[in-house]
Amino acid sequence: MKKTKYLIIGNSVSGVNCVEGIRQVDKKGKISIVSDEGVYNYSRPLISYYLGGRIEKSGMPFRDEGFYGENGAELFLNARAEKIDALKKNVTANGGAIEFEKLLIATGGRPFVPRIEGIDSAKEGVFTFTKLSDAEAIIKYIENESIKNAVVLGGGLIGLKCAEGLIERSIKTVIVELADRLLPNTLDKTASGIIEEALEKKECGLIKEETVSAIESRGGRVEGVRLKPGGKTLKTNLFVIAIGVSPDIDIAKAAGIKHGRGITVDSRMRTNFEYIYAAGDVAEGRDSLLGSNAVIAIWPVAAMQGRVAGINMAGGSAVYDGMFPMNAVDIAGVPVVSFGITNPPDTGEYEVLEKKGDGFYKKIVLKNNIISGCIFLGKIERSGIFSGIIRDRMDVTSFKKELLSEDFGLLVLPKEYRKHMVVGEGIEV
Amino acid sequence: MERKAKKIVIKENYCIGCRLCEVYCITQHSKSKDIIKTYKGKGPVPVSGICFEEKGSVSFAIQCRHCDDAPCVENCLTGAMYRDKETGRVLHNREKCVGCWMCVMLCPFGVIKIDRAEKKVVSKCDLCIDGAFPACVEHCPNEAICLVDEDGKKIEKT
Amino acid sequence: MARAKSACEFVAERDESRCVKCQACVRVCANDVHSYDGDTGALFSDYSKCAGCHFCEDICPTGALTIRRNLSDTRENANWTKDYIYKIIRQSENGGVLLTGMGNDRPYRNYFEHIVLNASQVTNPSIDPLREPMELKTFIGRKPDRIEFSGAGKSGGHVLKQKIPPQIELESPIMFSAMSFGSISLNACKSLAKAACDFGVCWNTGEGGLHSELYPYSDRVIVQIASGRFGVNPDYLQRAAALEIKVGQGAKPGIGGHLPGEKVSEEISITRMIPAGTDALSPAPHHDIYSIEDLRQLIFALKEATGYVKPVGVKIAAVHNVAPIASGIVRAGADFITVDGIRGGTGAAPAAIRDNVGIPIELAVAAVDQRLREEGIRNQASLIAAGGFRTSADIVKAIALGADAVYIGTSALISLGCHVCQKCYTGKCNWGIATQDPYLTRRLNPEIGARRAYNLLRAWSLEIKEMLGGMGINAVESLRGNREQLRGVGLSELELKILGIKHAGESW
Repeated sequence: MKKTKYLIIGNSVSGVNCVEGIRQVDKKGKISIVSDEGVYNYSRPLISYYLGGRIEKSGMPFRDEGFYGENGAELFLNARAEKIDALKKNVTANGGAIEFEKLLIATGGRPFVPRIEGIDSAKEGVFTFTKLSDAEAIIKYIENESIKNAVVLGGGLIGLKCAEGLIERSIKTVIVELADRLLPNTLDKTASGIIEEALEKKECGLIKEETVSAIESRGGRVEGVRLKPGGKTLKTNLFVIAIGVSPDIDIAKAAGIKHGRGITVDSRMRTNFEYIYAAGDVAEGRDSLLGSNAVIAIWPVAAMQGRVAGINMAGGSAVYDGMFPMNAVDIAGVPVVSFGITNPPDTGEYEVLEKKGDGFYKKIVLKNNIISGCIFLGKIERSGIFSGIIRDRMDVTSFKKELLSEDFGLLVLPKEYRKHMVVGEGIEV
Repeated sequence: MERKAKKIVIKENYCIGCRLCEVYCITQHSKSKDIIKTYKGKGPVPVSGICFEEKGSVSFAIQCRHCDDAPCVENCLTGAMYRDKETGRVLHNREKCVGCWMCVMLCPFGVIKIDRAEKKVVSKCDLCIDGAFPACVEHCPNEAICLVDEDGKKIEKT
Repeated sequence: MARAKSACEFVAERDESRCVKCQACVRVCANDVHSYDGDTGALFSDYSKCAGCHFCEDICPTGALTIRRNLSDTRENANWTKDYIYKIIRQSENGGVLLTGMGNDRPYRNYFEHIVLNASQVTNPSIDPLREPMELKTFIGRKPDRIEFSGAGKSGGHVLKQKIPPQIELESPIMFSAMSFGSISLNACKSLAKAACDFGVCWNTGEGGLHSELYPYSDRVIVQIASGRFGVNPDYLQRAAALEIKVGQGAKPGIGGHLPGEKVSEEISITRMIPAGTDALSPAPHHDIYSIEDLRQLIFALKEATGYVKPVGVKIAAVHNVAPIASGIVRAGADFITVDGIRGGTGAAPAAIRDNVGIPIELAVAAVDQRLREEGIRNQASLIAAGGFRTSADIVKAIALGADAVYIGTSALISLGCHVCQKCYTGKCNWGIATQDPYLTRRLNPEIGARRAYNLLRAWSLEIKEMLGGMGINAVESLRGNREQLRGVGLSELELKILGIKHAGESW
């Protein structure tokens, strides 16, 4: 049986940051990484750019080639972790077992595929879109079959980015979204409207408040998708299901690791086994806006959690004090940044400030004069300042009327905060 | 061990709001590096790496802080935003950038400027990598921006 | 419809081939001379508002701007010059007293320009200050009438029998004149205070009190007790190196001071100990001083309050009877006397007063020194000259005429950026000196200011050493009142007599 001090399941952003976290504390202890993918690390969010032909595969890694060697980490590719024995401290992957002292589960998320009528018989032309292999498969299919049009189910982040990639390949694409707007978790109807216009200019179809109820195929190849039962059929040979991901917790579940929607972790990213940690899209860490644990499947959270887990695994001390949902995306040439709660419940507790102009939109959601969320669309350049304001739960009463102003900047923040946020970084006030 | 970058310190009490820092930043990042040619020549005028803020009598110019724990570097999807190992500066490789705006979202100082059409980060302070000394610091008429070393000691232009 | 507005004193010439439209000039002009039109992309300049401060010219990154005198002129007339004509037009408009700033700008004879210095040739050697020690150390305070030593002390040296009265020790005979926080900005005060401390000379609060941010520089401050008594309290007196009762100032002898309420900010109100927003009025006379005897009472009240450990001096403007007044002041117990000549500066004064009242400092210093010597009381007080020292040579000449040290005001402010536009009274000093507007005061970074003022002290001190060396003198002490080192050029007999110097060409 192979032995390692640190074992990491998953080679994406959490896993890689975990390696760096470990090495901040322990320069020597052996690190092993198992990945069920066949390629060296790459940024998952870049697969849409790859699909669209904007980047080569060589432009996708987020750490350079020497990374694993320099950090003394052994990488096992195409090795799917099949089983965790939490008590005996080993993981079975590719039939062999690896014994560990500390384990990080960073298995990420798995695309959610609904039970659509006809899905089992459609062998060709139905895809999900979360991994590089998905993008590669779609490209191959498009090229081999000379595909001209596509239907993407889901107007969320993955669906939109996939659609954008397809459009850049000159595939006529239709997005089907169940909600009344795009990016329903992030945007409101106003913001969605601006993006819808931009998509329309790119001749991307959009069907809202609809879903696909059946896939029609012939000889195992997709021929079209039917909207609501008995409804209209969209002819297409390419159907991408992109309605979300769910934490990939199967092996953790089987090992008796405590979980909710994702794996439950404490502020040190530990599971209920003190030597097993979890991070990234599979983990349910603290959501600082909700004040409770939740899965926040975004890149910065995964990076931070992986790093915190690594430091703690190596005997150091780091605390993950929670983050909140945030997204930066560019759709059809419209840049959008959003933070936190952008569609507050209609309970009267929230105050909403909005400003809409030509090609831009800004929305700020407040609760008791503390920002719970915001949307920046079109003009995003200084939006990052809000990441700090929200993180620090700053009371904005003194500069509330400036929040929507065109030239919002650090200057409107209270002097004391300005001082605080730049301690050691140099603003003398 | 990665080196920490030299930093530009802002003394907002002494910013006079002339915005010459921007003028010289633009000039330094132009082809000719000549102020009149930069502005009056045929080519496009570069975007300055400085965010100038002004409200009432208070103003200051802020540029990339070259943070020690730089979220823009840590979270860049492509490695376009990177730390120069030799100098510790946070630099940007335009070729690699795909315009995912992760850095823009995470920069708590909001000092990264974008080009929407090109879908690229268009400008951020590089501490005047081509020059010996940051142009904004050199030309600030009131020493409201100063360059300090890793220990916070002021560096004078020699 | 005569209008003063048409009296543009200056024009800003813009070289369009160099202007890159960066608008720095628009942003920095406190008088709103320059403006940018977004629609046409053109820059305009309204010359009528230009004070001639040259800030825009200095800030322009391409050298596209040049500020010139407006050539538009009235018909040549030796009496009715453009200046007088427009003063009348302005007064016809506003019916008030014309205010001005800085020192007298009228062409009275400047005697420094008619005095030349001596140098050693053959019969006595000159001294190279770079190779040999050269002493500029100056002590301000009463000196004993005579000194006696008693035998050998423990270490073998002689022991001084007399108790030496309190002195302030200066590394160079140059100090910064009284300029209050109020007349100048806090950043300007800080600049001068720091430079004085770094160099080892003194600065002066003026009648504005001592702001708490200036406490670090208080061991080298001379604090003023003026007719308004602003900011005077036991702490203020205790902190100081020396005390100065201000009776008058060269720019406005016989006139009080008036800091308008709008300039009395929170900070100034705290420092001056008056309510914010109220006018700070310094009465023309001290209402408790109507005689030399009254002055003596105040001098000793202050000595009593500070335990007789600090010199207490009196500052007066140089007026006709300056010599006997000075004598009275010395006899009243002053440890030093400051005489401010007709070219002394101010933040605001009626132009008619500034330009016409008082006498030149050269004559005043010579007269006072002579009188005190004649009366045998010269040692009882140091004599500080003030009012219009423009170069180190002026200072050397003043010391040779009898001054112990000088105060520099205008030249100190020029080192901070002042271009002597004389618009101090408007409160819109573009250089951040004579203003309290937070938008403008930030323009003077006290770090830079202190460095520049220090440089001026250093440069002048080096030059003074050079001149002393040339005369074969190795201590400024030996220059004091040494009028043999001076010769007049083109002066009348009476002038030479008052100055106590020979004419050029005359030998011993």
